[in-house]
Amino acid sequence: MGEVIVITSGKGGVGKTTTTANLGVGLVLAKKKVVLIDADIGLRNLDVVMGLENRIVYDLVDVVEGHCRVKQALIRDKRFENLFLLPAAQTRDKNAVSPEQMKKLSLELKEEYDFILVDCPAGIEQGFRNAIAGADRALIVTTPEVSAVRDADRIIGLLEAAEIKTFHLIINRLRPEMVKRGDMLDIDDILEILAIDLIGVIPDDEKIIISTNRGEQVAANANDSPAGKAYTNIVRRLLGETVPIMDFYQNQSFFSRLKKFIGLGG
Amino acid sequence: MNLRALLAALTGRQPSKEVAKERLRLVLVHDRASVAPEFLDKIKEEMIAVISKYMEIDESNTVINMHHAEGTAVLEANLAVKKIKRSVNT
Repeated sequence: MGEVIVITSGKGGVGKTTTTANLGVGLVLAKKKVVLIDADIGLRNLDVVMGLENRIVYDLVDVVEGHCRVKQALIRDKRFENLFLLPAAQTRDKNAVSPEQMKKLSLELKEEYDFILVDCPAGIEQGFRNAIAGADRALIVTTPEVSAVRDADRIIGLLEAAEIKTFHLIINRLRPEMVKRGDMLDIDDILEILAIDLIGVIPDDEKIIISTNRGEQVAANANDSPAGKAYTNIVRRLLGETVPIMDFYQNQSFFSRLKKFIGLGG
Repeated sequence: MNLRALLAALTGRQPSKEVAKERLRLVLVHDRASVAPEFLDKIKEEMIAVISKYMEIDESNTVINMHHAEGTAVLEANLAVKKIKRSVNT
């Protein structure tokens, strides 16, 4: 029996879709069978992030409305044969799917796949309610910004109310050099405010944009980028391993520490 | 504390991270304390119904709200009592 994980945030643009795609790739590399569901009906994006936009025939709404079987709508990834995408409908609205339909679909997919990752739309309306309906656990993505952390807090409240008992925080786009000079919320600040367990921290990394431009994921080559490595670490934690959070502030020479003390950055 | 932070403290200008943290803390206290008005109306209605068994309540002078104080949520109700029913003492 598989597990359904919803990736959510409240605020838009914090990296839910990128996170969904990278965790999917990471899980497949860990020998799991994975389906990614784009639950953002009307604003689909996971297909382009995955580089599968030209292969869509059927979508999520077609499946729940019975126009096709689930298998017909699943798109196999170009590189990984155990990775599948169920795209969102682009020309419908969020009311085209109900929470009951999502629950039923989740149960069906859990029979055959190890992980079902649901990319949740921004906001807290119907689209959010649909996306979390069948979820066993949730990953909340935030960035070290006031607005994103505030929305994450609201989402945590709504997840608790929906009785999703397992949820963890992912802090995305951390910029260690800004944290060091006191211009960005640090990991501990965010955890103290939200009082929630952390499952990973992704450093801000331009490789994310470069690979997304090509429809590829940094997690496919974990050793080539800090973000790829960080996503792989989250995958290992999801699978039950204990992996320490990367030390983003390491490699400080005496000189850089001196500069830091004087306040010249570093 | 590095020199920059020390300077910031001396000049009274906090690092922007501290400002962010403080603002977040305040906004979340407010967010978490806000309860849907319908919910409070329902509580108010039922409280008045219960207390009215024993006292006569001035409904127009009844205020109920929720806020946070020292880390806990406080439900505050102010009910104006018109008179206490005689039957209560018998």
